[in-house]
Amino acid sequence: MGPFGKTIIPLTMLKREKFIIILTALLALLPLSQSRFYIFLGTDILIMGLFAMSLNLLLGYTGLVSFGHAAYFGIGAYTCALLMKKAGIIFPLAFIGAMVAGVLGALIIGFFCVRLTKIYFAMLTLAFSQIVWAIVFKWNSLTGGDTGLIGIDFPAYLDSSVRFYYFTLVVVAVSLGLLQRIVNSPFGRILTTIRENPERTEFIGVNVKLYQLIAFMISGLFAAISGALFGIFNHSLFPDLLYWPQSAEVLIMSLLGGIYSFFGPLVGATIILYMRMLVTSYTQYWPFIMGTILAFLLFFFPGGIVGFLREKKVFKWLK
Amino acid sequence: MPDPSFLLIQSLSGLTYAMFLFLIASGLSLIFGILRVLNFAHGSFYMLGAYLTYQFVSYFINNPTGFWIAVLFSSIAIALLGGLIERLFLSRLYIREELNQLLFTYALVLILGDLAKIVWGTGQLSIPRPQILKGAVKIMDQYFPEYNIFIICLGFGIAFFFWIILNRTRWGRIIRAAALDREMLNALGVNVTKLFTVVFIIGSWLAGLGGALVAPIAAIVPGMDVEIIINVFIVVVIGGLGSFWGTLLGALVLGQVISFGILILPRLAIVFIYILMTIVLITRPWGLLGKPLSR
Amino acid sequence: MAEMILTVENIKKSFDGFVAVNEVSLSVKKGEICSIIGPNGAGKTTLFNLITGHIPADSGRVTFKGIDISKMPPHKICRLGMGRSFQRTNIFPRLTVFQNIQAALVAHRGMGLNFFKMVDSLFRQETVEILERVGLKEFSETMSGSLSYGYQKQLELGIALASNPELLLLDEPTAGMSAQETRQTIALIEKISREKGLTLLFTEHDMEVVFSIAERILVLHQGKLIAEGTPEEIKQNKEVQKVYLGEGR
Repeated sequence: MGPFGKTIIPLTMLKREKFIIILTALLALLPLSQSRFYIFLGTDILIMGLFAMSLNLLLGYTGLVSFGHAAYFGIGAYTCALLMKKAGIIFPLAFIGAMVAGVLGALIIGFFCVRLTKIYFAMLTLAFSQIVWAIVFKWNSLTGGDTGLIGIDFPAYLDSSVRFYYFTLVVVAVSLGLLQRIVNSPFGRILTTIRENPERTEFIGVNVKLYQLIAFMISGLFAAISGALFGIFNHSLFPDLLYWPQSAEVLIMSLLGGIYSFFGPLVGATIILYMRMLVTSYTQYWPFIMGTILAFLLFFFPGGIVGFLREKKVFKWLK
Repeated sequence: MPDPSFLLIQSLSGLTYAMFLFLIASGLSLIFGILRVLNFAHGSFYMLGAYLTYQFVSYFINNPTGFWIAVLFSSIAIALLGGLIERLFLSRLYIREELNQLLFTYALVLILGDLAKIVWGTGQLSIPRPQILKGAVKIMDQYFPEYNIFIICLGFGIAFFFWIILNRTRWGRIIRAAALDREMLNALGVNVTKLFTVVFIIGSWLAGLGGALVAPIAAIVPGMDVEIIINVFIVVVIGGLGSFWGTLLGALVLGQVISFGILILPRLAIVFIYILMTIVLITRPWGLLGKPLSR
Repeated sequence: MAEMILTVENIKKSFDGFVAVNEVSLSVKKGEICSIIGPNGAGKTTLFNLITGHIPADSGRVTFKGIDISKMPPHKICRLGMGRSFQRTNIFPRLTVFQNIQAALVAHRGMGLNFFKMVDSLFRQETVEILERVGLKEFSETMSGSLSYGYQKQLELGIALASNPELLLLDEPTAGMSAQETRQTIALIEKISREKGLTLLFTEHDMEVVFSIAERILVLHQGKLIAEGTPEEIKQNKEVQKVYLGEGR
């Protein structure tokens, strides 16, 4: 029996939805800890978790390795922040603006990228993402360039860390619910056949490039949402969140958690952010640690954490 | 209308930079062509080559040939490092999907980048140019460093040397064949495992050499690994992944684009090089001289 | 004059100067079982790829059901009613056997762009029917990548059938199979095509298979069609014998 020896049974769909609800309910209790630290970490994890899961729609489900996902995160972040700060638009509209910008960006970039495969696809996503970075970096008058866009305040009625945490929790939970639906839909299933075998999928009557483009746009949408949340959470934005190591980091998060599982990237984001927080309090050499974790992961846990746990049948009790 | 001698100097500067790009990119392209691995850590090898040269130069501080010894030692050291990495780690990932290999090389970037910081700190280091090339040559009515002329000549020399090897020797033929069809090679009795290691060593040596040679004229700082690798990617994209002449051509093109871009459109130069990369990938993904990648 | 479901006119394809398919013309009657044979490198798979739109022809025309499909992308050709199996097994390894077939049905019934239904509940009955027809019902929940080669080929057939094709192109359907597997597969293919009135065009190396079920045989050699006829005619064709000299069976 080869690598597919054991029939891997993921959490069934309805169970996933219940899981999201339970998880949300649990996380809603977090602020009761009165700890600013945990609220901060919690918000960060939720935002980056959504970012990683948006990437995984492309990576784990469609089989497209994007090296430029930071672009949509950044587009969402800067669009929302700039609309609020420079155009004085209220948060709800700015937020929607960020979503639109993310989808449009993904549409334009994705249109060109899906015509290529494998390494060329990855390179082109990287190239586009660097263009976006370069524009943000150089357009000082608009984005503040290297010195950053600072002073992004909480919106009117979300003016505390706790309130913003709840808002983030709701947004992320709804997003995950939607993603979950999409992944379990006929469209989601076809994405997996594209991942498995694009040539075959073409010849069951599917316009593969169109589906890849749609996946790209959905992915860009949720990345932009996480970016918009980030801008406010961080109260400032700097161009380096668009620089390619940021795209690499979110890839690592997805891989760490497990790209062939729905919640994998969220798990990965949690671990990376928690570890980064721990490590940076002792040393400045977090990249070294992260590199080592990544290498370790690649050699010993190819399926990520969730993949590993599945093999050990840890999830049997959930059946 | 700018001064023609000024333009010439600009062009020569671009040519110098192009030679460094060529050294690193040819190593990257070679490794990609044979091993099908896009080595993100190639910029790290370059950086370590520069740092090691600094280190060796400090040991030979009073020796006039100290620099050259340092270049020799550091480039060989990087070659050996590459060989070790390939043998002990990278080779175990060959049976996996390409993403795994790619991310491993990125893990190396993170690890080696911080290692450099741990050993040499975060400050900017520099070394002087070697004694015999300290001067400048007068071209038209401007001065251009002798060292840079040396680099340009050396670059072309190495290009020529590799061309001879690739086209006139048995090993060269094997390498070219491997780029086309690796499985065939096994069937022909070539030790593919050894070939991969040798290719990786040569590629790493080239990057290390590039770093060693750039040490006297560039700032040796953390971040030079990340900065160079993107430009190297652009070079191989323009020239064509896996194409030898393409790499040289790509390096020459990018060298001039950067050199004049900074002059003509200083604010947009940096955007422009990425746009160039994008345009090539969209219209002709296999680059100017590459061949469409077969399945 | 029986209806021609597929017509290929003077189709030509070169790769880097090497002529893979050299002005081949052929037609296939509706309901016919037709086989293309020829030595390795004769251009059979390339010809298939040209018909199914996977590669563009340099010149020539392909007509399917009266429609010019020469410039159509593969997925559109598939939707018109052409199905295909590939030489190297092309299935979806990390999906179960059931999901493989079900996905093909989903695509065929135009549900691919539905984002809201639960895919697991769709077409369950039809999927089971197809699984039964290709004899894979017991493997329904097995990861398709772990099936033996022979069963994977059967699954491929199932996937091709799920699109309810009128013309089925099979590229070496018994390649790599044992004698028994071959017999089973051929019996299956014959049964299915008779049941549904499918037109079948397949390439093969196994001459026994070809002579047992093909009604008409086309012989390809170095990109050119060198002979065409009934099995009897082909057996006695001098040119064909020359080409196959040394290729015993």
